[in-house]
Amino acid sequence: MQIYVCVKHVPDTAAKITVKAPNQIEEAITFIMNPYDENAIEEAVRIKKRRGDAEVIAVTLGKPAAENTLRSALAMGADRGILILTEDPPDSLVTARALTVAIEQDGTPDIIFTGKESIDNAGFQTMYRLAAALDMTVVSNVAAFALEGKRVVVECQMEGGARGVIELSLPCVIGAGKGLNKPSYPTLPAIMQARRKEVKRIALDSLRIEKPSARADILELKPAVEARRAQQLKGSAEEVVRQLIRILREEARVIE
Amino acid sequence: MEKVGILIEVKADQIKKANYGVITAARGRDRQLYAFLLDGGRADHKLTLGRYGIHKIIEIAGQEGPLEWNPATWAQAVIEAMEYFGIRTLLGLTSSQGKDLLPRIAARLDAPLVMDCIHLNLAEHTVRKPQYSGKTIATLKVQGGHCIYGVRPNAIAAQPAPCEAETVIYRTAPAPAGLTVKAIKQAMSAGVDLSEAEIIIAGGRGMENGENFKILFECAALMGAAVGASRAAVDADWVPYAMQVGQTGVTVSPKVYIACGISGSVQHFAGMKTAGLIVAINQDLTAAIIGKCDYAIVADLFEIVPRLTRKLQALDGRI
Ligand SMILES: Cc1cc2nc3c(=O)[nH]c(=O)nc-3n(C[C@H](O)[C@H](O)[C@H](O)COP(=O)(O)OP(=O)(O)OC[C@H]3O[C@@H](n4cnc5c(N)ncnc54)[C@H](O)[C@@H]3O)c2cc1C
Ligand SMILES: Nc1ncnc2c1ncn2[C@@H]1O[C@H](COP(=O)(O)O)[C@@H](O)[C@H]1O
Repeated sequence: MQIYVCVKHVPDTAAKITVKAPNQIEEAITFIMNPYDENAIEEAVRIKKRRGDAEVIAVTLGKPAAENTLRSALAMGADRGILILTEDPPDSLVTARALTVAIEQDGTPDIIFTGKESIDNAGFQTMYRLAAALDMTVVSNVAAFALEGKRVVVECQMEGGARGVIELSLPCVIGAGKGLNKPSYPTLPAIMQARRKEVKRIALDSLRIEKPSARADILELKPAVEARRAQQLKGSAEEVVRQLIRILREEARVIE
Repeated sequence: MEKVGILIEVKADQIKKANYGVITAARGRDRQLYAFLLDGGRADHKLTLGRYGIHKIIEIAGQEGPLEWNPATWAQAVIEAMEYFGIRTLLGLTSSQGKDLLPRIAARLDAPLVMDCIHLNLAEHTVRKPQYSGKTIATLKVQGGHCIYGVRPNAIAAQPAPCEAETVIYRTAPAPAGLTVKAIKQAMSAGVDLSEAEIIIAGGRGMENGENFKILFECAALMGAAVGASRAAVDADWVPYAMQVGQTGVTVSPKVYIACGISGSVQHFAGMKTAGLIVAINQDLTAAIIGKCDYAIVADLFEIVPRLTRKLQALDGRI
C-alpha cells in the first residue's frame, strides 16, 4: 500500500515576521515542518511499522529550502520524498492541483495524510481539494485513526471537545490534528540515513497545471498592529477584584 | 439582485450568536440574504434571523425528515440548494462545523475559499485575514464562479437590520457519501464552547495541577464564560487538549480573555490576540503577557480568582 503525506515548510511560530513589499515576508528566519504535518508523518510511519507492506512518500511544494522539511520527514521514517519546486508559492487551488498531479504521476495512493491546517496561511482546505480532485473520501482534524482491512475508522474533533466517530472507505484523505499522536523525534542515525534517501525533484511548471479561473490572490500583507497599552491594576486583592468587576461590567459589558 | 447564502449554525435549537456577525458582514445594497439551516426545523427562527436582515430562510431537509449530521451529505445538500436558488456566494463561520463544511463545498465547486476572515468587502471580493499566527494581516482578492468565505467567530460585530423573513423548505436526497458517522462522543465538560464564548478564563502552568482548574470552572459558570488553557497545562494532562488555546490549539476571539498563570508565549498569543480585552493575572511582573495585555493584575491567581468568584456570587444574589 502507498501512503502519501503532504508536508509544508513554514516559518517557526516563534520567528519574527517582517513584511517585504507587497505580499512577501523576509525569509531569513527559522523554518520548520508545519506542526500538524509531523502528526501526519508519524501516523503514516506507524501504519508502515504495523503492516510491513506500506511505502510512505512525503510530498512538499515550495522553494528549494523546503527540502529541509522533506528531509525531516524522511528522518521521521518516510521512505522517499517528492519536492515540487517553485519560487512563487501559489494559492490553495493551484497547490492542491500540483500535489494531486505529482501524487498521481508517482503512484496509487491508498491514504493521503495532511495536517489539519498550515500555520502560515491557515488555509484549512488542501485536504478537501485533494479528496475532491482524486474522488476520495476525506475527514480532517482527526484525533484518532484505525485501519482495519479496507475500512478506516477515525475520530474527529468537533465543537466543545466532542468527537465524531466516522467510518470511511479507502482510498481516503486524512487531515491530522494535534491530538492524533505524539511525534517521536528522529535519532541521529535516522537523520544521517535520511540524507541518502531518494528525493524526486519536479519543477511546478513541468506539471503543466491548467491555471484555474478561480483564485485567491494576496494583494497585501501588513504587520498586525499590537495596539494594547497595558495598565496595571493596583491595590489590595480586594480592590483589584473590585476594579476588575467594574471593567467587566462597564467597559467590556459582558456581565450585568 | 445578488443572492448571498449564509450557513447558519444552530445549537440546542438556538441560533448561535456568532452567526449574526456573519449576517452583518453579508449585507449590502441590492443583496438578498438566504440563511441555510439544516437543524431539522424544530424551532422557528423567522423573528431572530429577520432581525438581522435575512430575507429567506432555507430549511434544508431530506425527503422524509431532517438530514442526520454527516459532513459529506450536508455539504452536498448545501451545494444542491445553492444551485437551486442560484446562489454563488456563501458565508459561514470558521468554527468546528464551518471548517468541515465550507472547504468541502469549496472543493466540490472548485471555488476559492478564504477562512478566518476578520473583514469582508463582498462588492470588491476582498477580505482580510490574519496569517503567520496573527503576526500579519493579509488582504486577499478572490475570483471565481462561486466564492466562499469563513468568518472568524466574533470578529465582526453584529448589528440588527430588521426585515421580514420568509421560510422555504428545500428537500433533497444527497447521494451516499462513502462516509458514515457512527457516533458522536460528547465531551465530559459540556460547558460554553471556547471558539464562540464571549468571555474566556484560561489557566496555564501557574494553575499547578488539574484539580485547581475547578476554581476557573466555578468562576466561569457565574460569568457564562468558557474555560481555556495553555499548552503547558494540556501537556501536563491537567485538562483535555480541546481546551488548548493558541497556535496549535483553538483560535478564539472573545470580548474578554482572562489569562491566569499564563506567561504569554507567542504561540499562546497566536490563538487569542484578537480578543477584545485581555486581562492577565500573573505574579511575575516580567512575564511577557504583562506588557501585551490591557489590564495586568500582578498577584497570586489563587488570591484573585476565588475572590472574583465570591464577588460574582454576591452580585448574582443581588440581581
Ligand atoms: C510549535 C509550537 C506550538 C505551540 N502551540 C502552543 C499553543 O497552541 N498554545 C500554548 O499555550 N502554547 C503553545 N506552545 C507552547 C508555548 O511556547 C509555551 O511553552 C506555553 O504557552 C507556556 O504555557 P504557560 O504560559 O502556561 O507556562 P509558563 O510559560 O511556564 O508560564 C507560567 C506563568 O504562570 C505564572 N504563575 C505561576 N504561578 C502563579 C500564581 N500562583 N499566580 C499567578 N501567576 C502564576 C508564572 O509567573 C508564569 O508567567 C507551542 C510551542 C511550540 C514550539
Ligand atoms: N505547499 C504545500 N506543500 C505540501 N503540503 C501542503 C502545502 N500546503 C498545504 N499542504 C498540506 O495541506 C495541509 C493543510 O494546509 P492548508 O490548507 O494551507 O491549511 C497542510 O497541513 C499540509 O499537509
